Amino acid sequence: MRNQNKEIVAMLLAGGQGSRLKKLTTRLAKPAVPFGGKYRIIDFTLSNCSNSDIDTVGVLTQYQPQELNSHIGIGSPWDLDRKDGGVTILQPYVGPKGGRWYKGTANAIYENMDFIDKYKAKYVLILSGDHIYKMDYSLLLEYHKEKSAKATIAVIEVPFEETNRFGIMNINENKRVYEFEEKPKNAKSNLASMGVYIFNWDVLKQYLIEDEKDKTSENDFGKNIIPKMVDRGLDIYAYLFDGYWKDVGTVESLWEANMDLLKKDNRLNLYDHNWKIYSEAPNSPPHYISDTGSVKSSLLNEGCIVNGEVKNSVLFPGVYVGKNAKIIDSVVMPNVRIEDYAVVKRAIVMSEVVVKEGYKIINENLNEIVVVNE
Amino acid sequence: MKDIMGIINLSESEEAVKELTYNRPIATIPIAGRYRVIDFTLSNMVNGGIHNVSIFTRGKSRSLMDHLGTGKDWDLDRTIDGLFVLNPVINFHDITFYRGDIENFKNHIDYIEYSKQNYVLLTRSYMICNVNYSEAFKYHKKSEADITIIYKEMKNNCTKFLNFDTLNLDERGKVLSIGRNTGKSKSYNMSMEMYIMKKQLFLSIIQDSISTGDSEYLKQSIFKSIKNLNVNAYPFNGYVSCINSIENYYKTNMELLDIDISDELFHKRGVIYTKTKNEPPTKYADSSNIINSIVANGCIIEGNVENSIIGRGVKIGKGAVIKDSIIMRKSTVEKCVYLNNVILDKYVYITKGKVLSGDKKNPFVIKKNMTL
Repeated sequence: MRNQNKEIVAMLLAGGQGSRLKKLTTRLAKPAVPFGGKYRIIDFTLSNCSNSDIDTVGVLTQYQPQELNSHIGIGSPWDLDRKDGGVTILQPYVGPKGGRWYKGTANAIYENMDFIDKYKAKYVLILSGDHIYKMDYSLLLEYHKEKSAKATIAVIEVPFEETNRFGIMNINENKRVYEFEEKPKNAKSNLASMGVYIFNWDVLKQYLIEDEKDKTSENDFGKNIIPKMVDRGLDIYAYLFDGYWKDVGTVESLWEANMDLLKKDNRLNLYDHNWKIYSEAPNSPPHYISDTGSVKSSLLNEGCIVNGEVKNSVLFPGVYVGKNAKIIDSVVMPNVRIEDYAVVKRAIVMSEVVVKEGYKIINENLNEIVVVNE
Repeated sequence: MKDIMGIINLSESEEAVKELTYNRPIATIPIAGRYRVIDFTLSNMVNGGIHNVSIFTRGKSRSLMDHLGTGKDWDLDRTIDGLFVLNPVINFHDITFYRGDIENFKNHIDYIEYSKQNYVLLTRSYMICNVNYSEAFKYHKKSEADITIIYKEMKNNCTKFLNFDTLNLDERGKVLSIGRNTGKSKSYNMSMEMYIMKKQLFLSIIQDSISTGDSEYLKQSIFKSIKNLNVNAYPFNGYVSCINSIENYYKTNMELLDIDISDELFHKRGVIYTKTKNEPPTKYADSSNIINSIVANGCIIEGNVENSIIGRGVKIGKGAVIKDSIIMRKSTVEKCVYLNNVILDKYVYITKGKVLSGDKKNPFVIKKNMTL
């Protein structure tokens, strides 16, 4: 007989606003922001789960969840529509003692301890839906077991000048974490936490309960739970990840990550059939490039019609490009209409926007990307 | 809930499409970059509110089963009714060899009898069009005819559908007789081989032809019964094509490069569904040159493409030239290849520098999995 016991349950934190993405996230949560001509940011984490044989995923949503919820649905694109496990949306709820919003990342897990207990999980994988990367979590779990760790934190090397943006791990030669510094000014190492953790569930559960009682705590993994574990000398190990990883927290980094896909030597291979990135597939015909159209160094998706010039850009499904229109160095989200003679340069054009005939959005500022939402 | 069930009969002649039907029925020939021929008929049915759909096959159903799965992509994975694929029954005790499709209907007659709907829509899979079956069904019920046949009035290019069934109508639109298109007349009414009738009538046509033993094909038996019945015709005024030959297959694909035609087929009258694949967007290199072409997802294009249909996951190398051609899923064209009027089936590999050229009337077809 099959039972519901799972060795590992993934908890995907997807409730963040991503306020630095400005207009892009007024109507939807950061994990639901479109990326790469087809995907939404959360697709990478969800696909990593299914490619890593993790079949039980709780997705914690809070900020503007509607589009995110409908995107995830019952999880079929990621093969997560399962009889046992699968994907479950966990939103803040009302109980006998009233309703509560999630106060922080740790509190979100605290409020859903029953979900993890239900599967009698031995390990919990904490993920965030904010990053673009491909990672095999099963190797992380193997490493965690090998080290007999209580917690394992995935880290990636970042340039020293950027260490003040990240949670930095200081480790000894066995990769054991002896110190954790949140956004340090003078970092001792350049190993940044990726926000990917594996905990022994029994250990984490105790810390979550304790943290909840602490009225001064911000109930956050990075600020409270991990530092406390490190302080108390728990066996915490760092797992060094080497590969493409990008926090698309700002408009500029989101644009940059899209442009990375156009590079020849790009390390995020979307065409690898052994590690596909899955997403909800729209049902539109293939794209069409007319006699007057021209496409160079770009990504195009289904349903696009191109009568103008597209260069160095990423086009989502259903984009219409009129005659003599130009799209250069830009990201154009689903169902946008760029009419005849319009020009878009160095911009992110949001879904359903119409750029009227002859209208020109030309951004020559190399440090900034324009977001067009109307 | 609609009181009508859909039956798709795959016993279509494959004689003139041999090169593409070694391992598959006409129903699953890839078309328009990401679709299969049967997607049009299936989607039309679903868009018309039909949710009990059966497909009567002639074997060779691996590719069909792979494509259809549970019917989910057409919203036919239903608790009530849904999708039924009915294969020929091989009975080792009865060695009589039937050529026609009547035997297949007889073997699966239980399914038809048990279905709750009172009407039947009987079609083929090879008609490429976007028909509103809901309207046709309304028309049929209102007219109180025994059978309604959907047709398209053909005014030009009468030679395109040679040997097709033609309806000879009287002034009130009643079907007097059914003939064939010889290509000689100025205009004719092409039968789209879509029939609407009461289920009871359909069952009795099958029973009759079995008991009298005078026809092995369903179409024959329907035609025979016509003289005794009140048969109506319903005109369709949109785009229609038929995949009954390599030439027509090629032409149809090329016609889709006309944005008005593809707009009508794919957008205006209802969505055409197909098995969705998780392919990334198509990547165009700086060296790519592409005009007047349809390209599906998952391709990496570095060469030149003109007036062509490119399927999913195709790779086209630098300096290659693809003109007036159809390239199916996962085929690879290496550097500096020249293709003109060519059809590459799935998983074909054309190595560096090859030159292949066919003719519009007789495109050069390369079989599945071939390496040249």
